[in-house]
Formats: sequence, structure tokens, C-alpha cells
Amino acid sequence: MKIAIASGKGGTGKTLLATNLASYWSERQSVVLTDIDVEEPNDALFLQLPKIAQEERFKFIPSWDSTRCTLCGQCQEVCNYHAIIQLGTEIMVFDELCHSCYACSELCPAKALPMVPHKIGELTHYHHANLSFVESRLEIGEEQAVPLIAQTHRYVDDHFSKDHVQLFDCPPGTSCPVIEATKHADFVILITEPTPFGEHDVKLAMQTMHQMNKPFGLVINRADVGNSDLLAYCKANTIPVLATIPFDRHIAEAYAQGLLVYEQVPAVKPALDQIIDFLQAFAINQK
Amino acid sequence: MKEIVIISGKGGTGKTSITASFAMLAGAEAVVADCDVDAADMHLLMQPNSVKEESFYSGQLAVIDQDKCIQCGQCAQVCRFDAISVHDDCHVVNPVSCDGCGYCPRVCPADAIKMEERKAGSWYISETKANNRMVHAALDIGAENSGKLVAKVKNEAKALAKQQNVRYILVDGSPGIGCPVQSSLSGANFVVLVTESTLSGLHDLQRVYALVKKFRIKAGCIINKADLNEMVHEQILSFLAMENIHHIADIPFDRTFTDALVAGKTVVELESSLVAQQVKRAWEIIKDLNQSV
Repeated sequence: MKIAIASGKGGTGKTLLATNLASYWSERQSVVLTDIDVEEPNDALFLQLPKIAQEERFKFIPSWDSTRCTLCGQCQEVCNYHAIIQLGTEIMVFDELCHSCYACSELCPAKALPMVPHKIGELTHYHHANLSFVESRLEIGEEQAVPLIAQTHRYVDDHFSKDHVQLFDCPPGTSCPVIEATKHADFVILITEPTPFGEHDVKLAMQTMHQMNKPFGLVINRADVGNSDLLAYCKANTIPVLATIPFDRHIAEAYAQGLLVYEQVPAVKPALDQIIDFLQAFAINQK
Repeated sequence: MKEIVIISGKGGTGKTSITASFAMLAGAEAVVADCDVDAADMHLLMQPNSVKEESFYSGQLAVIDQDKCIQCGQCAQVCRFDAISVHDDCHVVNPVSCDGCGYCPRVCPADAIKMEERKAGSWYISETKANNRMVHAALDIGAENSGKLVAKVKNEAKALAKQQNVRYILVDGSPGIGCPVQSSLSGANFVVLVTESTLSGLHDLQRVYALVKKFRIKAGCIINKADLNEMVHEQILSFLAMENIHHIADIPFDRTFTDALVAGKTVVELESSLVAQQVKRAWEIIKDLNQSV
């Protein structure tokens, strides 16, 4: 079962939930956690596991072969991203603008634009006991997170069976990286806090999940701060609330040091148990 | 005119609350740009009255005309985004996956595919309670956050600032290090990095600053939740010293941010609070630093 952890607003506890849930759940069964918040991946700070594999990841971009080029100009005409332009007798490719659609390369009548690999990031695979952890990290200066997220999903599919509990720590927001990160999920956990910002952003995230037809539920973090009537809202709209996590300075302090919170603040364990129970019941229902 | 961009790498460090506070303090001296267009929140604190609203179009979407389609499947073969599949014997485009590259219409032998402009969101110019103008936007659900809407918001803010002859453009940047942040940073005079005393905060600060360095922009840093962990706080300070980033202020772990938020206020409006004093001092320091930039 694939479970995505997303949020709308940043800083509401995605990483906290993903790392603690993965580690705690792996005390009972095999779990793989994947950090696909590729712009700012943080899960590795909390899970000190032995590394078993590391590989560079690439996207493919056209590379100009001046000896074959007839300067017909078709490449710049077909590129919808303005990633390739003709300047006099030169063809210039702007790597960071290219979306790897292959149109210029495959439509070039002179075959003067072969596609070549361009590094976009690194994928690292860690493993210990029942817990596997995969992290992808975008190169600094790269603009597009989506291709790396898509490749990471493929890596997980190639290395783990569907029977595995698969958790995904997703990017914040509601735009294309989140869509890419959550589109294969069987269930999406949205974690938020009951403040006006948290409520505003999680409602956007809920609309996104509705549009994608994804089953989802909420985890409310720092549940006793703020004023929002999120619980009432969820009840009125029959949205499951999987668990609430209290506002507690000890949680923030443990998190600050890179520690797993449930090991330091045992009060967090019942919340994790509730989430696991809910997801296991959901999985049985699906079958 | 100085363009000051506030970014954080990590979400939830208080970036938007701090930017909104600076907007309150700057008043009519500033034009505000909310470039965190994916889940924009600043309007919740600034009570904007919109004086202008426009739709924003960005990118394209392939649309197959079923009357013309001969179901040959060449479109699906060339699509690198797996956006074309067969449903009820018809080739259809999945709008979520279509990247708008425009390859498929070029190979369609029946001329059955058209590229249509895609609405990505809306942008606004508003009057705020701080007696200044704010340019903000709302990205449509699931739209591509390509940085183009961010660039639009910034350019409109710049035009307004020029026209009104104000001293500052205050930009609330996006999280992360990808395309929207890079759009937020381009052309800025000064960057305020907002971080927190957590290992994640430090890690994300280091990554986002590596990006700032590529843009060669001078930076200062505000450490929020500064007292959460002394060791991490020290690590942040030595990183700032090593990179020659001005340490602007420390703000304690405190519920004032949440209390202000709940009241629909910026923290500087809770005048008696310690946090309000610190944010005010931070703004004075940033103004000083910008005289010498």
C-alpha cells in the first residue's frame, strides 16, 4: 500500500510524521519510507541508517551536433519551452528550461540534436532491519522537481513489492510537484495545524485531492494551538481525522536535535497507533 | 528602490508572519509582493481590498478532436509524459499529466490535436490595511508552478513601486530551491533568510543559501525559535559567520506568532510582546543594511 504524507502549508510536521510513523511501524512489519520532498529532503537527519546504494539521476536534454546541423531552425520552432534558440549560425540549448519532451531531437531532419544525460540529483537507498529508506535530492540550481520525483517512484516500484507498507514524504503546496508525488498513492495523509494559515492551505490541499479522486484523511498537529474549527469542518464534510498531536515544547526540542519524537515523548505513540490502525483497516477494506 | 526578498527553504519558520510584519512597519514606503503563490497566505494577515484582478495563462494543453481522430496512437507513442491513454477505444489526454510540449500535434496524421492555452491562476493588486499596495496571486489547483506567475507578480510589483516611487519592494518568497524560488530571487537587492534552531532548519538554510550565492545577492538571517536547541543555534551562527551572512535577530520559541495569526494580526501589532520588539528591531537593521547595499 502506498501512503503519501502531504500538507499544503510547509512546516506543519510532514517530516516529523513521516520519520516517526515509518520507524515506529517498522517495529511490527516491513516499511519503506521515501523522501520525495526533493528540494529540501530532511528525513535522513532523523533516520541514521546504513547506506546500501547511491546513484546519480539524470534527465535527457538535446546536445547540438554542429557538424550535422543544417540550421533549418525547426528545433527552435517546435520547442514550447523556449529552451532552444538559434543565434546566427549557433544553436543554444538552455538545460534548465528543457522538459525532456524529445520533440526537437526526434523531429530534427538532420538528426543533429541527440539526447544526452544531464544530472538532476542523487538517489540514496538506506536499509536496516525492517526499515528501508530512499531519499532523492535535487541538484542546487535545478528548477524542476517533477522528473526526479517521477524517477524516484519508478525506483521504489522496481525495488519493493506492493505488499510492502510504502510511505512517501511529499513536497509542500498544491502544484505540480505535489501532484506528481501523490498521484500513485492509495491514501493521502494531510497534516496541518489549526491556525488560519494551516486551515487555509489544507483546504486547498483537500480540493486538490478531491480533483485527483484520492482518498485522504487529516492529522492535526499542534492540535491545541490556534482557533480553527477544523475538527468540526472535518466532521461536517465526513473527512476522517486519523489522529491529533498536541503542542508540546518537548516534541519541538526532540525534533530540533534530529531525534525520533516517539522515543522521547511517549505520548506521541497513541497517535501513531491510531494512524496505523486506520491505515490497516483502510487496506483491508480496499481488498 | 530596494527589492528585499524573504525566503526560508524550510516551511513553517515564520517567513510569512515576518514579511507581513515588515509590510506593516514599512507602510506606504513599500509595495508588497506575495510570491509564495502556491498556497499563498499573506492576504490572511493584510486584509487586502482588491482593486485589480486578472487571469493568468501559462502553458498549453493538448486536446484531441474525436471526430477527426483515427485512433492510430502515434500521439501516445511520442508522449514522454504518459499523458495519452485509450479509454473506450478513444485516445484521450490526461490534463494532469500533459506538460504542454506540443509534440503530439506535430506527429498526428489526421490533424486532430490542438494545443489550447491553459489558465494557471489569477493575480491581484490590492490595498492593504498597512496603507500600501500588495500584488498577490492564487495558483489554480494542480497548476504548474513554473515560476512564471511568480515573475508576473514581481514585475507588477516593480512597476507599481516605480510608479509610486516607493523605497522598498518586500517579497514573500516561495519555499524550496526550485523554479518558483529562483524566480523570487532574480533581480533582488537583499535576501532575508528566515530559519529556525532545528536540524531541518539548518539543513534547508544551507541548501537555499547555496542557491542565493549563485545569484550573488547579499543576505541576512533571522533565527526563529532560537532557544529550541542551543547546539543547533551555535551551528547556525557559525554557518552565518563562515558565509559572511549578517545575523539580524534571534526570536524565541513563543506562541505570540500563533496568537497574532489567530487574531488576524501581524506580530508587530501585538505591541507589548517581546517578539514584536525584536521584529521591529530586525526591520530597522534591514533598512540600515540596505542603505549600504
